[in-house]
Amino acid sequence: MARFEKDPEDIVEEALDVGRHAPAPIDDIVGMEQYNSLPRRILVVYLPLAVFIFVLLFPFYWMAITAVKPNHQLTNYNEYSPFWVVGPTLEHIRYLLFETSYPGWLWNTILVSVASTVLALAGAVFAAYAIERIRFTGARVTGLMIFLAYLVPPSILFIPLAYIVFKVGIFDSRLALILTYPTFLIPFCTWLLMGYFRSIPYELEESALVDGASRWQILTRVILPLAVPGLISAGIFAFTLSWNEFIYALTFISSSENKTVPVGVLTELVRGDIYEWGALMSGALIGSLPVVILYSFFVDYYVSSMTGAVKE
Amino acid sequence: MAETPKRANIWSRLAESRNGLGFLFMLPAAAFLLCFLTYPLGLGVWLGFTDARIGREGMFVGLDNYRWLADDSVFWLAVFNTLFYTVVASVLKFGLGLWLALLLNENLRWKTFFRAVILLPWVVPTVLSALAFWWIFDSQFSIISWVLIKWGLISAPINFLGEPWNARWSVIAANVWRGVPFVAISLLAGLQTIPQSLNEAAALDGATSWQRFRRVTLPLLTPIIAVVMTFSVLFTFTDFQLIYVLTRGGPVNATHLMATLSFQRAIPGGQLGEGAAIAVAMIPFLLAAILFSFFGLQRRKWQQGGGD
Repeated sequence: MARFEKDPEDIVEEALDVGRHAPAPIDDIVGMEQYNSLPRRILVVYLPLAVFIFVLLFPFYWMAITAVKPNHQLTNYNEYSPFWVVGPTLEHIRYLLFETSYPGWLWNTILVSVASTVLALAGAVFAAYAIERIRFTGARVTGLMIFLAYLVPPSILFIPLAYIVFKVGIFDSRLALILTYPTFLIPFCTWLLMGYFRSIPYELEESALVDGASRWQILTRVILPLAVPGLISAGIFAFTLSWNEFIYALTFISSSENKTVPVGVLTELVRGDIYEWGALMSGALIGSLPVVILYSFFVDYYVSSMTGAVKE
Repeated sequence: MAETPKRANIWSRLAESRNGLGFLFMLPAAAFLLCFLTYPLGLGVWLGFTDARIGREGMFVGLDNYRWLADDSVFWLAVFNTLFYTVVASVLKFGLGLWLALLLNENLRWKTFFRAVILLPWVVPTVLSALAFWWIFDSQFSIISWVLIKWGLISAPINFLGEPWNARWSVIAANVWRGVPFVAISLLAGLQTIPQSLNEAAALDGATSWQRFRRVTLPLLTPIIAVVMTFSVLFTFTDFQLIYVLTRGGPVNATHLMATLSFQRAIPGGQLGEGAAIAVAMIPFLLAAILFSFFGLQRRKWQQGGGD
């Protein structure tokens, strides 16, 4: 019982270390590097890395610089350097926020993402706990089915789902999205949480059982507090997935006031042949910011959920 | 309470048995997935055998949709495009992703910062980054054309999305841009589980850096490569967003993938049955990818010393 003297978080950390990165001894040895001379290292490591970073980030820079460029500079590459902006303007962003339905789309996206994430997490916690710890007959097969469900892509589900959504009478409503997004969120969250639950020591649960706790109490008092990192990972990842979702939102929503940001920007800001690049790029920029901010706060959770989903 | 002794009894019996409790806990997720995943999957297969349209019940027409598709040159073009897109983009993503992962695995300063920055393209909504690419690939004001003209490499702007092969390569470039971070970061996680001491031992035995990569790193990385690439292939094969934003399948269907063609026929075209048939035609390819992943996972178990 010496374990209990430790902080629960330490136990989780340890457990995660064992569960996730099984053969990863902490290795401070610098490897072969000392044999590489500095010029060689610059050529082989830093130069390619710089090119990678430049290519991966350039579209964002281009998006941002276009969003604040006054219209007369936008396509006039001969008089103004395209890579810089003279006298940046907030005109595009003002237009976007006050003369289009953009704020409404933003609100819809937040609402739909939060609701479907909560729904998916609620379902996934119970399912993952049942599969991993209650271990009913057929739990392994159920786990496999969950994994297969994660591999079913939205591009083959959207037609029958559109048919169902129409039949049920929730076509063109936010409810249609809130109810259909968990189809890809629940399998993902369940799979991820199964990995986390697996890493929580059995002894904790057993000692709680001996003390007379019910399954419900074990789940809410022992397992969930220890699985908080997993819940955060699954939650922010699910939120990002629903924020980025496009094909369902495009198919199930037809009226402007119910659209989400990706659909709204694409279908309403592109009018005929006149592309308002400034407004489009501001729309893309502002629509990306929430997930980027979330991401910047939780980078490690992100990486662990992404690699976790692949590695399990 | 006195009124419902029987009910309480059932509840407590359910809650006491392992299977009953498991059933109760599984219920919400299972019900959801059955209604909105399994049922639609079956319904999709059924719709593929009907002539359903939007707002009209379909009649069973047997294999008519598939017979129709077999004679449809646009469908076969979409199949070709999908395979071309998937194969080329996946190979590029794998090569560049592995390279980037190896670079990041070097003992760098600012490692966590680099890792965070590199994942950005993957975090930002595809549609929104695709819009940026749309602007970058503009036929008149493309920044790439402008720079190439400045350098004297070309004389007129490149028509990125207007010519069939240009358009194919442009959408592949955008897809690779978005997919490389995922492959790189996942493979990096795999690389970090390989103990340095193995590499050092090989170096002491006189192995060159290429031999160390080929004989030590790559074999240990194979299982994770199998899984990562299966995911990557699966998502590339079923891609929809990027094409829909950049080309909508044009010019002259040159970039139509099966997913975009299925959408085109089913939703704007109204032919739900035909669209569903195209979507169902994707399933054999997906099954092949999943089986590949399954055997990749099996191999991993065997490599770690588990039962065969």
